[in-house]
Amino acid sequence: MSQGVGTVGLYVRDQDEALAFYEKVGFRVHTDVRNGDYRWLTVQHAEQPSLQLGLFKPGPPVHDAATAQQLNAIVAKGAMPPLVLVVDDCRGTYDRLRARGVEFTQEPVDRFGTVDAGFRDPSGNGWKMIEARGR
Amino acid sequence: MTNVTEPMSQDAKLLRRLLRAKDRMDAASHEPWPVRRLARVSGVSEAHFARSFKQAFGVPPHRYLLTRRIERATSLLRDTDLAVTDIAFQTGWQSLGTFGRTFRDVTGESPGTIRSRERETARSLAGVPVCILSAAHRPHLTGAVSEKRERTGAGINPSKRERRHYEPRRRNGRSLRARSG
Repeated sequence: MSQGVGTVGLYVRDQDEALAFYEKVGFRVHTDVRNGDYRWLTVQHAEQPSLQLGLFKPGPPVHDAATAQQLNAIVAKGAMPPLVLVVDDCRGTYDRLRARGVEFTQEPVDRFGTVDAGFRDPSGNGWKMIEARGR
Repeated sequence: MTNVTEPMSQDAKLLRRLLRAKDRMDAASHEPWPVRRLARVSGVSEAHFARSFKQAFGVPPHRYLLTRRIERATSLLRDTDLAVTDIAFQTGWQSLGTFGRTFRDVTGESPGTIRSRERETARSLAGVPVCILSAAHRPHLTGAVSEKRERTGAGINPSKRERRHYEPRRRNGRSLRARSG
């Protein structure tokens, strides 16, 4: 595939903390470059190299201090849009990630012919983890 | 409407801890959630908790819990054949009377009415992640709802005269359905 979404970003309160978290979940660094205080940090899923997930910290030079604080607050309240992680085995992944300290907000539940669970990153971004339906 | 600037002044780390209490209610809305328990989850004092929660999320914690219970009851009415009594107890109410009254106060309809209608429209939404659906269907509880009546006299409604009026806010849940159905 040559056209489509390349990078989607999340706001995180601390990029090192976020990186450690997303590595636990199964992502690895794609790009990590700095220019002064600014850090462009993206990760990619081990099985999905076509998409980068940006872990961006609100702040200068993109945001003034008040805006950055508002963005951090919105994330911390869980008000950012939902994210969905597709996995082969929801219960198995749940056990593994939980053992690594991932904060689950919902245990795996059988629903609509699949299994889903929920977790949050340290900043407050919420994920649904849904088992891929048999194809 | 809520003043936008005021909640923003809350510290993001505190908000994240308050969110944890909200998440815990979401995960187990059938359990009792006294302020003491919620405050412990958030790591703040009891006095601080209720005020901070309301400032952050726009509703007091107990009222938020009620909306989750109603939402869950609604999905059980729709998706299962459980008796209304069983649903009342499973979703955290101590009596059928309180459940029915709160349900009508919040949704404007009885559990039985909701059950018939929800079932007609349930199938069209299977493509939307469940958490999103349930959030979209969550009742908008703008007024206070008291469950206290029940604690003094089980099954009796001693205070019909003080029955409050709640604006039935059903349109929100319905609009999503209307579009995709």
